[in-house]
Amino acid sequence: MTASAASAASAAADSPVGLGGLGAPAPDAFLSVRDLQVHFPTDDGVVKSVDGLSFDLARGRTLGIVGESGSGKSVTSMAIMGLHRPDTVRMNGSIDLGGTELVGAAPELVRSLRGKRMAMIFQDPLSAMHPFYTVGAQIIEAYQVHNDVPKKVARAHAIDMLGRVGIPQPAKRVDDYPHQFSGGMRQRAMIAMALSCDPDLLIADEPTTALDVTVQAQILDLIRDLQRDFNAAVIVITHDLGVVAELADDILVMYAGRSVEYSSADEIFRRPQHPYTWGLLGSMPRLDREPTDRLMPIKGTPPSLIQVPKGCPFNPRCNYRELVGEACTTQRPPFRSVGDFHHLACHLESADRQKVWATEIEPTL
Amino acid sequence: MNTDALLSVSGLTKHFPIRKGLLQRQVGAVQAVDDVTFEVARGETLSIVGESGCGKTTTGRMITRLIEPTAGSIIFDGRDITHVSVSEMRPLRRDIQMIFQDPYNSLNPRHTVGTIVGAPYRIQGIETEHGIKRAVQDTLELVGLNPEHYNRYPHEFSGGQRQRIGIARSLALKPKLIVADEPVSALDVSIQAQVINLLEDLQDELGLTYVVIAHDLSVVRHMSDRVAVMYLGNLVEIADRMSLYTTPRHPYTKALLSAVPIPDTSRRQNRERIRLEGDVPSPIDPPPGCRFNTRCWKATDICRTQVPVLTVFAPGHQAACHHPEEPTVATPATPAAAVTQAAETSAEGDA
Repeated sequence: MTASAASAASAAADSPVGLGGLGAPAPDAFLSVRDLQVHFPTDDGVVKSVDGLSFDLARGRTLGIVGESGSGKSVTSMAIMGLHRPDTVRMNGSIDLGGTELVGAAPELVRSLRGKRMAMIFQDPLSAMHPFYTVGAQIIEAYQVHNDVPKKVARAHAIDMLGRVGIPQPAKRVDDYPHQFSGGMRQRAMIAMALSCDPDLLIADEPTTALDVTVQAQILDLIRDLQRDFNAAVIVITHDLGVVAELADDILVMYAGRSVEYSSADEIFRRPQHPYTWGLLGSMPRLDREPTDRLMPIKGTPPSLIQVPKGCPFNPRCNYRELVGEACTTQRPPFRSVGDFHHLACHLESADRQKVWATEIEPTL
Repeated sequence: MNTDALLSVSGLTKHFPIRKGLLQRQVGAVQAVDDVTFEVARGETLSIVGESGCGKTTTGRMITRLIEPTAGSIIFDGRDITHVSVSEMRPLRRDIQMIFQDPYNSLNPRHTVGTIVGAPYRIQGIETEHGIKRAVQDTLELVGLNPEHYNRYPHEFSGGQRQRIGIARSLALKPKLIVADEPVSALDVSIQAQVINLLEDLQDELGLTYVVIAHDLSVVRHMSDRVAVMYLGNLVEIADRMSLYTTPRHPYTKALLSAVPIPDTSRRQNRERIRLEGDVPSPIDPPPGCRFNTRCWKATDICRTQVPVLTVFAPGHQAACHHPEEPTVATPATPAAAVTQAAETSAEGDA
C-alpha cells in the first residue's frame, strides 16, 4: 500500500495529506471532492493519474483546474462524470454531488445523473459529436432520455437551446449535420446539448483549446452568460491561465495528479505561493506586461505517473529545494491551509516563501 | 527593394483548384493566399499570425517550396526561386529549412535520432570533418540534447525533446532561413518557454533568420522583430512588433489583440473587448471588397466594393484598410518593469 493510500485510510489521526484543511464539505458546496484517487493498474505499474485531490464547488461558481498534460485534470473530470471503465480503474476517496456519493456508485445511478445533474463539454466538438446524426437529433436524444416528452416538444426545446447559444437561424440549422457547422458553432452546439437538461454541474474540458482566439472570446462570453442564466456550478479544465483568469472564481493548480495550490482566482494571480505556480506564470509571455528578453521556463519535464518522484513530485524541477533540505525528497508535503481560503502543498517555510515571492518572483512577472 | 532582405516575397498567390465530375473540370478555387507581399531582413524574426484558414501555413510552405505558387515571386538571397524544379531546389534546401508543429508526426518512428538528424548530410552528400556521427552529436548538444541519445528512437522522448530533435534536424546544415510553423503550440507551457528560449539562443549564436508562423499573439510578441497579420488569404497589416501591439491600424488586428485572454483577474472588469461576430467566411467564395467587411464594425459601402491596398502609416508600418484605427497614445500595460536578468536574481537567492 502506498503512503498516500495508507494515510487516506487512517483518516482518524491527522487529516489525509490531500485534504488541506478541507475537512467537512463547505455548507454551500454542491460538489465536494475529498482525497480523490484515480489509479490505473497496467503491466508496467500503477499509473497514479489522480492521487489526492480535494475541492469544494458551490452553485453559481466556477472552478478552474489548471495543469499541464498528464497532470490529471481530464482524468478528474471523467471520474466525476463516471466515464472511466470500472474494470480498468481503481478509485478511492469521495465525490459528493448534491448528497449523492459517486465513488463506487452503481453505473445505473451515475447514468441517471449524467446529462441531467451533470454534463460535460469536450475539447474537440467534431469528435465528440456523432457525424451520422443531425445536431438536432443528438440534442433531442439527450433531452428525451431524461424527459418523458414527445419528439415534437423535444425538437422545439432543441431549437430553443440552439438559439440561446447563439446559433443563427436555429430552426433551420437544427437539421444540419455536425460537419456543416464551423468549429465555433459546433462548440456552441455542444454547449446547447450539455445544457439541454438544465444540469447543476457543467464540466468544460479545454472548451476553447481547439478554437481561434476571436471565437474563443465568443465562447468564453457565452459560458459566462449561460452560467448566470442557469446558475450551474462550473468546472473549467484548461492549461491556459488566461482562460481561467477570464472565467474562474476559484483556481486549483494540479501537478502530477495532486493538488498543489488552491485558492480564489484573485489570490492565485496576485499572491501565488507554490513554486510550480510561479513557474507557470514565469513561462508565459504576457501581453499585459512589457516584453521581456527571456522567459523563465521550469527546468526539466513533468514526471512519469508510474514513477512519481518521492516526496514532493515537483522537487526535481524546483529551484527552492535547497531552502528546505531533505524533506522535499523524502516526505510528501501535506496539502494544508496557509491562509484565508488558500491551500498549498509545499515544504517551504512561510517566511521563505514570502521572501522568494517578493524578491525573486514578483518583480519578474 | 531592400538590399538587406534575405527573403523577398511579392504578390504571392495560391489558389487550390476544386475539381468535380467525371472529367475533373475545375469548378472553383480555394483562394488560400492572395497577393501577399513582404520582406524578411537578415537576422530578423518575422512572424505571420492569423486564425486557422488565413493562409499562414500555405505561405510558409510556398516559401520553402513545398507547394507551388499560383502567382507572384519568391526571391531568396538574390535568387528567384518561385518556379525552380525539385532538383534545382535541392541544393537550396541547405539554406532554407523548416520546423514543423507536431513533434509526433514529423519524426519517422522507425528511424533513430542519429538517422533523423543525419539525414540532411546524407541527402546533400556532405562530408564532415569527423564523420556524420560526430556532426550529429554536436548538433544534438547545441539544442540541449544528450549526444548519447544518438541511437534512441523518437518514442523514447517527451514532446519537448522531440521538438528539439526537429530543431536539430533543421539546423544540421547551418541554414540561413528557418521557417517554423507553429513551433511551440503543441507543447505544454513550461516546455514551450524552454523551446522559445532555445530558438532565441540559436538565432543569436548562428545568426539565423526566422519566419515564424503562429497563432498565439503573446508568443509572437515575445519572439518577433516584425509581425505580419493575415486574414482570409490577405496580408492586412505588417509592422515592427511595438507599433503593431501598441498602435494597431487594422480593425482586425485590434480585435485579435483584444480577444487574447489576459492572466490577471483584476483586468476582467475594465477591459475593452471587441467582440467579433460570426465566423471567418469561406476562402472558396471570399466577400468582395475588403475580405474582413462581413465581420467589421466599421464597414461601409466602399469596404464592400473596393479592395483596400496596403498603405504606409509610419516607417515600416503598413495596413490595408479603408477606415484605419487612429493611433491612440501608447500606454504601457504596466509600469515598465524592465527586469531581464532573472539569472542574477535567482543566483542571489541561492547564495
